[in-house]
Amino acid sequence: MPKNPGTEAETEALRKPSESEREWQEKTLAPWLQKFPERQSEFTTLSDVPVNRLYTQADLADFDYARDLADPGQFPFTRGIHKTMYRGRLWTMRQFSGFGTPEDTNRRLRYLLEQGQTGLSIAFDLPTLMGYDSDHPLAEGEVGKCGVAVSSLADMETLLAGLPLESVTTSMTINSPAAMIWATYLVAAEKQGADWKKISGTTQNDILKEYIAQKEYIFPPAPSMRLVVDTIIFGAREVPHWNPISISGYHIREAGSTAVQELAFTLRDGIEYVEWVSRSGMSVDEFAPRLSFFFNAHNDLFEEIAKYRAARKIWARVMKERFGTTNPRAWMCRFHTQTAGCSLTAQQPYNNVIRTTIQALAAVLGGTQSLHTNSLDEAWALPTEQAATLALRTQQVLAHESGVTNTVDPLGGSYFVERLTLETERAALDYFRRIDALGGMVAAIEKGFPQKEIHDAAYAYQKAVERKEKFIVGVNDFVTDDKRPIELLVIDESVARHQNEKLAKLRRERDGRRVERSLEGLANAARSDANLMPRILECVRAYATLGEMCDVLRVPGAS
Amino acid sequence: MAEHHIRVLVAKPGLDGHDRGAKIVARALRDAGMEVIYTGLRQTPEQIAAAALQEDVDAVGISILSGAHNTIVPRILELLHAQGQQDVLVIVGGIIPDQDIVALKKTGVAEVFQPGASTEEIVKFIRSRVKEPA
Repeated sequence: MPKNPGTEAETEALRKPSESEREWQEKTLAPWLQKFPERQSEFTTLSDVPVNRLYTQADLADFDYARDLADPGQFPFTRGIHKTMYRGRLWTMRQFSGFGTPEDTNRRLRYLLEQGQTGLSIAFDLPTLMGYDSDHPLAEGEVGKCGVAVSSLADMETLLAGLPLESVTTSMTINSPAAMIWATYLVAAEKQGADWKKISGTTQNDILKEYIAQKEYIFPPAPSMRLVVDTIIFGAREVPHWNPISISGYHIREAGSTAVQELAFTLRDGIEYVEWVSRSGMSVDEFAPRLSFFFNAHNDLFEEIAKYRAARKIWARVMKERFGTTNPRAWMCRFHTQTAGCSLTAQQPYNNVIRTTIQALAAVLGGTQSLHTNSLDEAWALPTEQAATLALRTQQVLAHESGVTNTVDPLGGSYFVERLTLETERAALDYFRRIDALGGMVAAIEKGFPQKEIHDAAYAYQKAVERKEKFIVGVNDFVTDDKRPIELLVIDESVARHQNEKLAKLRRERDGRRVERSLEGLANAARSDANLMPRILECVRAYATLGEMCDVLRVPGAS
Repeated sequence: MAEHHIRVLVAKPGLDGHDRGAKIVARALRDAGMEVIYTGLRQTPEQIAAAALQEDVDAVGISILSGAHNTIVPRILELLHAQGQQDVLVIVGGIIPDQDIVALKKTGVAEVFQPGASTEEIVKFIRSRVKEPA
């Protein structure tokens, strides 16, 4: 195992400035500071990590090119997972979209493809995320609001109508009922004539971060983990190009974590999934190449870049050294990035375009595989078509005009970025040790450890903003009274009426006995050790609804 | 008479699980010396009203980010009024567009705190509107 850098104090003690640097400090810098003191006594990143005035060779005394960096596409992949990075192929521009009815969202997805988007990403509404049909009493007021409503195969067929599923990849943000929604997608694709061996995409399917951060969970941890394991194994065998899970730090950061917490909890979740799947008997080399990740891109440019670089390095070492994998594809941390929703301000919303640009730049300089850029109006509502187009254009300008894609890992070798990458790695590994000591991530979640760490960080940040130690332009500084409204997308209750009518028709017209038999099959399988995916696919084919399938598993003791 | 603290129910209705705001506000109110009861996630209007009655609170703070506020908030107020809690101060925080605020206030909401509001503003507002008994 390569030696990790020591504590900060040790690092500082080890720091041996060169003769010329020392001379500069004494003879040039010191008198200058006497005359021109700096703006603040201390400079920190957004996550409160101290940042020094200057980084030099002396900060990288313990740095080893082959060990810490290596060439692109080589272990530990700090410089990127591909040999030529964006010179070979740009990242996938994948705008997260979904609202209203499946018809509404289908139109938006087609529009985005026409505008040059290169991948699809579907947002589902809260009832769907929680495994309720649109006509469930708890769905009232929520249908189609935060995403698209999908209650059955019929809705998915409408949603995907006319989309080229063999050539475009689709990501779906769905977690607790991920197995059911994925099965619905697979059957809809099959009915369009798409081959499961050719299609590709991603189901988020990361239940651990739901307990930690986003809190959209239906079932307790153990049965939830079983569903995740079943989908990973089914995917490895039947849908070989699918990413059955996207292990997500995005929501952890949105809940208020620091960059290091986001990184550490996400990768430690990844370790947990590898352990659970490998206990079922499948070799890690067989399924790990399809594990994918999802990170946030916040405002602090260098902190974010260091986070992505450290993520690749840590994951490569974990897979090789902790799990003994030999397949280089299992070592690669492939990830999607989304700019930080929590950084968007409701005040002066056009400022969000600038924030999003900086964040997107961080993701690109950090070597992301795909990217979503938020729209300027998203502190208020789901984006209008105009706002969503501008967000996509942001990526296109970065890709085709800024020049940052012309070379691999442009910041490699920067004293600051390399030092920050090393420190981010070290801090994340500290968290690994604490979570291992608690008995792993499921145990740590049950003890509330990551939840408390995140809440404390979120509260500290809020207080820092209120004390004006951290600035948010337009919110606690440079405030104006200008409250000119921007155009917002409004989703009214006609969506729920439309969905409920379609559901009533579906329930009338489908073969009720076939639905019942398929749901019984699922219930029986849930009581056994069998993989649940084939049974779920049967329910979907019979047009059982999402709510009906989830209800089978909601019954205590069903899984 | 024993010292009376302002009692606040922080409620998270609807299906949304994003509780960063609700938990920050709950903690800030506690730090300001109030007694805070947090309902936890995904509470129905009925559960929230029942908790407000049982805990005999001075104020109810409803956190909602999902866009379902026009359906959920009026129902909570109706239930509070029906059980005789007209005097309970009801405030709402979250993603509430300007155009919805007037209608919410007509149903009895005292104030709406939009994104970017500070916890100090919320503390001050509650203190100004809930009379601390002698």
